[in-house]
Amino acid sequence: MRHLLSTKGMSRDEAILLLDIAEDMADVANREVKKLPTLRGKTVVNLFFEDSTRTRISFEAAAKRLSADVINFSAKGSSVSKGESLKDTAQTLAAMGADGVVIRHPASGAPHVLAESGWIDAGIINAGDGTHEHPTQALLDAFTIRRRLHRGAARGKGLDGVTVTIVGDVLHSRVARSNLWLLTTLGAHVTFIAPPTLLPMDMSGWPAEAGFDLDAAIDAGPDVVMMLRIQQERMNAAFFPNSREYSRRWGLDDERFGRLAPTTIVMHPGPMNRGLEISSAAADSAGSTVREQVANGVSVRMAALYLLLSGDREDS
Amino acid sequence: MSSDNAASTPYLIRGATLPDGTRTDLVLADGRIAEIGSGLSRAGASVVDAAGLIALPGLVDLHTHLREPGGEQSETILSGSQAAAVGGFTSVFAMANTSPVQDTAGVVDQVLALGEQAGYVTVQPIGAVTVGLAGERLAELGAMATSRARVRVFSDDGFCVSDPLLMRRALEYVKAFDGVVAQHSQEPRLTEKAQMNEGALSSELGMVGWPAVAEESIIARDVLLAEHVGSRLHVCHVSTAGSVDVIRWAKARGIQVTAEATPHHLMLTEDLVVGYDARFKVNPPLRRREDVEALRAGLADGTIDIVATDHAPHPIEAKDCEWDAAANGMVGLESALSVVHASVIDTGLLDWNDIARVLSSTPARIGRLAGQGQGLLVGGPAELTLYDPAASRVFGRGSLAGKSANSPYLEMTLPGRVQATFHRGYATVLDGALRPAAEIAAQGVRTHG
Amino acid sequence: MARIVLNQADITRALTRISHEILESNRGAENLVILGIPTRGVVLARRIAETIARIEPTATDVRVGSLDVTMYRDDLGQTRTRTPTRTQVPGSIDGVTVVLVDDVLYSGRTIRSALDALGDHGRPTIVRLAVLVDRGHRELPIRADFVGKNLPSSTEERINVHLLEVDGDEFVSIDGGAAEDAS
Repeated sequence: MRHLLSTKGMSRDEAILLLDIAEDMADVANREVKKLPTLRGKTVVNLFFEDSTRTRISFEAAAKRLSADVINFSAKGSSVSKGESLKDTAQTLAAMGADGVVIRHPASGAPHVLAESGWIDAGIINAGDGTHEHPTQALLDAFTIRRRLHRGAARGKGLDGVTVTIVGDVLHSRVARSNLWLLTTLGAHVTFIAPPTLLPMDMSGWPAEAGFDLDAAIDAGPDVVMMLRIQQERMNAAFFPNSREYSRRWGLDDERFGRLAPTTIVMHPGPMNRGLEISSAAADSAGSTVREQVANGVSVRMAALYLLLSGDREDS
Repeated sequence: MSSDNAASTPYLIRGATLPDGTRTDLVLADGRIAEIGSGLSRAGASVVDAAGLIALPGLVDLHTHLREPGGEQSETILSGSQAAAVGGFTSVFAMANTSPVQDTAGVVDQVLALGEQAGYVTVQPIGAVTVGLAGERLAELGAMATSRARVRVFSDDGFCVSDPLLMRRALEYVKAFDGVVAQHSQEPRLTEKAQMNEGALSSELGMVGWPAVAEESIIARDVLLAEHVGSRLHVCHVSTAGSVDVIRWAKARGIQVTAEATPHHLMLTEDLVVGYDARFKVNPPLRRREDVEALRAGLADGTIDIVATDHAPHPIEAKDCEWDAAANGMVGLESALSVVHASVIDTGLLDWNDIARVLSSTPARIGRLAGQGQGLLVGGPAELTLYDPAASRVFGRGSLAGKSANSPYLEMTLPGRVQATFHRGYATVLDGALRPAAEIAAQGVRTHG
Repeated sequence: MARIVLNQADITRALTRISHEILESNRGAENLVILGIPTRGVVLARRIAETIARIEPTATDVRVGSLDVTMYRDDLGQTRTRTPTRTQVPGSIDGVTVVLVDDVLYSGRTIRSALDALGDHGRPTIVRLAVLVDRGHRELPIRADFVGKNLPSSTEERINVHLLEVDGDEFVSIDGGAAEDAS
């Protein structure tokens, strides 16, 4: 794997390979020494043009468990905010000998540009670009679902026939997009539920159902309900009137949670707005995978870093 | 200075094909077309073998960004004029979004004078509608109209005159000197942070969409305003099928509206955005295949009056970056005729007479530009271009003559090639190559006196 | 043409002998953990464990597992990305005797990786190495304690190990190299 830029276009075999390697990586966490020498001498740069402590430390932990050296490059307070271009930043990192760059950027496609530009030869991992994709989040979500469903026997398996309902701000969600492509590639059926203003204007190319009615979606008995984070600033832009109305119509409150089958997996990419898109009872329930998702994120990112950085770069 | 292109040298063009298909010789002398006919001869004339070449009246671009003053790192009036000549143009209308803005008689006259000094093409300044393109107060439209530049086209291009009252006043006011308001139709609120056409692809790429309705709603409002006040309206760079419908309806009602389409909107579609190559970032954005087809049909049935390039040079750093940070715009003068050729000639929608209309006579008429767009007539101005329709070339950096390389056509194979361009009777391009700037400047000084 | 050097019966005999030798050196089957190196080493480890259980009826809990060494290799940057396989270490290996099992011992680099991997799982008292074939050409100071067959070879030659569980048939063959051309 040369880069990990999106889940769209990722084959089922590629995805399952990565998830299987993530299983091996998860095993490492249970060992006496929770570290592998695999990427010793490699340098991974976390290049974050947006704040995201969670994603950054997850990648940092993953890289360190593989013995890579990690450099954190945050745009805040750096030359980037003084007008230095992505190109100059990339060339600086290249000169420092970065083998891998984990990039979070507010512009959709920025990781793609970094990978294709020739500015830097490193392997690029997209850690979230604009409202486009966040492939490692989708991979950890798929990994989490697969582990819940198959437990110790998850290796080699897809998500065939699994029904996943994703609820919330789909329009602005890179998590939703990456999950759409990955989960369907793995055989799952995806349904998006959102206010009409927060669904993309044209979803004709999306292999998914879309609707506005969360109650009907709950009653359909999905295997997985994934709640997306709702940004408070959306209401100022007239996407919905206020948080109370949003919560009443599109929140996973106690009543709706109570109607789900006990086996239903409840997911949230974090950080959660408790009481807005998800109630505390739902978030802390036995069906909730919120904390597992965090742990699995490290395993999945280790697998991604391994696949990107271990082979002969010329060869891949 | 080369003697074969000296001041008084006449040209004998042999065996050219006129837009109507007839083959003829032409003699250019003293800045005029002296003779048209077969078997012509002229003592002392430079002979140009035009066998297989189409003679078109010099092309007129109603929508060019020359960037000078203020943006000389992207283009100057000289370099933009050279790009125009290479593309077969003999006149360009220079958009007002310079720095300082072309919103006073002083600035437009300076642009005019720099164009004359360069000498490659007639540079006709466009005046800003509002002071500083700010959309707040009308610029001194009358002063620009009565200046030496005789401004007749007014535009805030790059920005939409979105305030309906201001637009109404502008439309009314320019009637005093037979002016026209060329509107960049883009509802600003509906296009906040917009990056590309809104549709299935923008949904997938997670880019803020640029809805067709943001263009169409302004056009609909403006044609109704133009009807109400009895003014001329010109719609810049129409890009959607819905816009074509609105303009068709307006024309059927007798509203005085004209419209342009750019070569890139006649050929390219939004799927080029997929690779995030910012050369394809443009305002209005590249649209769907259906929109391209509707624009072509609109150009064929006369709903769209003209083709205009929206030549928009940008320095490398404005495009060699992530998509959101990149500037909008493409250079287009050098490629325009070939792209139009591929889009509407090769598809059988237009013939070469139509090309002469949409790229020469009608834009000159909309802009009320004297000495251009009069066709190939004995006694008319010697403004013409010789085009080889049988040629084919891989369009590359070397095909560009302006300062900037932000062409969407690089590495594409395009049909045709401009072999020669004549402006005021002298060659600005010969044998497919630009004549030297010093030689042309001397001609400019001579003919402008 | 490949030349068969061990047939199925030869392989079974070799593994039986190795099992006896392991029991002898370990003085029984206590505190014994047998770890195969994927892919074929795992199969051999399982067979050795079964054989030990047969010949030493008191050995009720010979622990067997797999030790993937991919993440510890020293050539990760020089080859195509390798796909790791699962590591399953049965319980703690602190204070036990671990017998590593692989099909072919060649440069010794795989075993070096295995020793590193093993160290991250715990601290065995003794680590020994069993291989079906030792073909020579060591690049590191490593030797096998239990060898099915010593097979001097040239570096141009290829040793193929086929096992029923993995390949559907079973033999060890050698092909390629100058020796073949001469024959």
